[in-house]
Amino acid sequence: MEMVQTKDLVFEYIRRDDEGNVEGITRAIDEVSLQVHPGEFIAVLGHNGSGKSTLAKHINAILYPTEGTVWVDGMDTCEEANLWNIRQEAGMVFQNPDNQIIGQVVEEDVGFGPENLGVPTKEIWERVEESLKAVGMYEFRKHSPNKLSGGQKQRVSIAGVIAMHPKCIVLDEPTAMLDPSGRKEVIRAVRALNLAEGITIILITHYMEEIIDADRVFVMDKGKIALQGTPREVFGQVDRLKELRLDVPQVTLLAHELRESGLPIPEGILRTEELIRALGL
Amino acid sequence: MAEIILDHVSYVYEEGTAMEYAALRDINLVIPQGQFIGLIGHTGSGKSTLVQHLNGLLKPTGGNVYFGGADIHDSDYNKKELRSKVGLVFQYPEHQLFEVDVFSDVCFGPKNMGLDQKETQLRAYAALKQVGLEDEYFYQSPFDLSGGQKRRVAIAGVLAMKPEVLVLDEPTAGLDPKGRDEILDQIAKLREETGMTVILVSHSMEDVARYVDRIIVMNKGQVLYDDVPREVFHHYKELERVGLAAPQITYIMHALREKGLLVDTDITTVEEAREAILKALGRK
Repeated sequence: MEMVQTKDLVFEYIRRDDEGNVEGITRAIDEVSLQVHPGEFIAVLGHNGSGKSTLAKHINAILYPTEGTVWVDGMDTCEEANLWNIRQEAGMVFQNPDNQIIGQVVEEDVGFGPENLGVPTKEIWERVEESLKAVGMYEFRKHSPNKLSGGQKQRVSIAGVIAMHPKCIVLDEPTAMLDPSGRKEVIRAVRALNLAEGITIILITHYMEEIIDADRVFVMDKGKIALQGTPREVFGQVDRLKELRLDVPQVTLLAHELRESGLPIPEGILRTEELIRALGL
Repeated sequence: MAEIILDHVSYVYEEGTAMEYAALRDINLVIPQGQFIGLIGHTGSGKSTLVQHLNGLLKPTGGNVYFGGADIHDSDYNKKELRSKVGLVFQYPEHQLFEVDVFSDVCFGPKNMGLDQKETQLRAYAALKQVGLEDEYFYQSPFDLSGGQKRRVAIAGVLAMKPEVLVLDEPTAGLDPKGRDEILDQIAKLREETGMTVILVSHSMEDVARYVDRIIVMNKGQVLYDDVPREVFHHYKELERVGLAAPQITYIMHALREKGLLVDTDITTVEEAREAILKALGRK
């Protein structure tokens, strides 16, 4: 069974003016069919407005399809009876941590999810500890979230989701507000969850270096999937990505420019080691 | 045109309470007119606290801030005027958009400065052109625009006050790669045209390396490095220890050098890297 599956997914929303009159309809997702296998590390890229966040919000049933269907672990997201299970299995982390933290104390915020799931008290504390350690925030467990920096708050939010032991985590630009080491830690934690626990990861990001280890990449444009493939296949198309308002890792761009300057370097270089080999060093 | 001086500036949040926290500790900086400065530091290092001292939003708990030679916290200093000279654009500036249409929103600043209607409108128009927003959007609701466009309107709102110093706190946060390039290119162009001082607070080492003349590195409330990009990123190991990094391209150059390719390891941009590699391979 696929972890996530969508068939002919369409999502439209109605734009209204100040007086509530209908101004028009925006088709944010335009017939998207995709599958995510359990345990995969999927990256979703796309310019702002391409539909990637809208797509992500269908996965834990924050949004419902206008047409078509979305299944999470075999459960149709339109069936109300499935909602609690879907939300436990598919956790979501947003870009802005201020919108996600509700506890007065860090460890209470992280424990909120498991508590609502009815997890026994002793286990809640075990989960809180393991989750905070996974994101490097254990020493802050007794602190008030208000006093944390943006990046620290974000890591607490991620811990809160991890504590629910989801099968799948969707992260919508989780590192956008973090410093380089914070970004590395979050991605490392997310990768570890994927590799060690087999949790399916769907990562939306604008930092291309974060996804070179992804199993597959989807690139969205105007509500459709414009490109898909392995990172190498996708990043090998530098010019097409630029047309889609995106970027490639600096090593990929450098390799591409050296190739354009006449050096025999293949497209789709993702890592420094590969560039070194290609240069014959 | 004036320079900003921070003289032994310290800032302690909630001094005297149980929540006391020293966000800035003995900061000494001279910011001459016209520089393009990058301010980097781990989250929580004091960058946002520091920039709020530049336009007097925060008053130091120790030390002084001078603008054009005058202490901005003197009882007879005109802080309101300072705020139009030192424009501060916070993160996610589109959150401060509120007017019925784009043009009115940009007029708000100059209007509050007491300028007459004609001057206000001229400035608003000029500012919107400076950020590259097309005319057709001027009378639309700000909320109908895309994220990048909203961002540009918010920046125009500050530019309409004709600041001598423009401080941008992570202006590219939340924008897609092309949006990032567009905003930064626009800002760089603006600086060349007007001679404005620009201070860019950012978490992107690559962005900072590409645009600025000088980088100030903050660590736990203090200045760790204050130098040109090449010199700052030379200390990449130390930067990593304090939660930062060098631009990826710098690491690539180090790796190539280790493999015997004679390239400058202090390179911080892709363009420089390409040139250096081609030269080293004898292909130029």
